[in-house]
Amino acid sequence: MVQLTDTQLDRYSRHIILQEVGPEGQEKLMNARVLVIGAGGLGSPIALYLAAAGVGCIGIVDADVVEISNLQRQVIHFSSDMQRPKVESAAEKMRAINPDIEVNTYKIYLNASNIQEIISGYDFVLDGTDNFATKFLINDACVMAGLPFSHGGILRFDGQTMTVLPGHSSCYRCSFRQPPPPDAVPSCSQAGVLGAIAGMLGTIQAAEALKFITGAGTLLTDTLLTFDAKNMHFRRVSLKKRSDCPLCGENPTLHELEEGDRATCDLSA
Amino acid sequence: MKADRFEDLSGVRCPLNYAKTKMLLSNMESGQTLEIILDDGPPIRNVPGSVQQEGHVILCQEKQGDQWNVVIKKV
Ligand SMILES: [Zn+2]
Repeated sequence: MVQLTDTQLDRYSRHIILQEVGPEGQEKLMNARVLVIGAGGLGSPIALYLAAAGVGCIGIVDADVVEISNLQRQVIHFSSDMQRPKVESAAEKMRAINPDIEVNTYKIYLNASNIQEIISGYDFVLDGTDNFATKFLINDACVMAGLPFSHGGILRFDGQTMTVLPGHSSCYRCSFRQPPPPDAVPSCSQAGVLGAIAGMLGTIQAAEALKFITGAGTLLTDTLLTFDAKNMHFRRVSLKKRSDCPLCGENPTLHELEEGDRATCDLSA
Repeated sequence: MKADRFEDLSGVRCPLNYAKTKMLLSNMESGQTLEIILDDGPPIRNVPGSVQQEGHVILCQEKQGDQWNVVIKKV
């Protein structure tokens, strides 16, 4: 029995009138628990759209405080939020958009010893982090926990994203075996990023989360979507779940989470 | 003929009237009927068509004064 109040019917009417969402899909969103890792460039649009969509419980993880160089792309934070913890600034905006939702904040750096506890109890995870070590950590922890997630990354004018359903579709490690050595990645302060592409990629990730929860459409599984915003080229690259993947393959060699070298970069985030 | 459910949606604007109709239908069994009252103008021009697009059947649609009586059979 779907029971939405008149106010909820009004607030979510544009979802409810969609055939693929409907009152049932909206109720699924309201009962869903989603974790957003990173309250930066990608996490900003992700958190804002999930909150607006009425996702019932949203966790947000970030250890940093808001700095002036963040404001060029991290649209959930305002000039008046300088030096506030990002999770606090983000949670305030999310609750302002939608007072019906519950927001859990985690002002911590994720590592191999705390990630499993934090992700447990969520239905879907979104990776909006800025460094390869954490991206691998999220992939590994989610695959080990059987928890679906969206990978995302941006740099300069480029973005890439894929959705992983552990056990069913290819994981990040199937295609990218291990994090690149920290010095092989362009130094963040030299690379730069066009602010708006954080919105382009983050909103694709948010849409994947909403589609996963409601069951609408098909997900970006076994598919890496990449774009080059300089020429506005979008491309889909087919990926395969690899039987020799060290994590999700037939004879996995990774059984425990690795503590990566987190060459922090305040870029994507 | 008496419908299984009745809802007066007069004065309810688009698309909230359709959202309410969808919620009522989603809580009904297949084959049951829902009678709604819709205002003339955009509501009667939009709601029955949208209901049909989702596969439900409009059993009857009658003008009474400046409002409409619409009976829907859930698919
Ligand atoms: Zn794999």
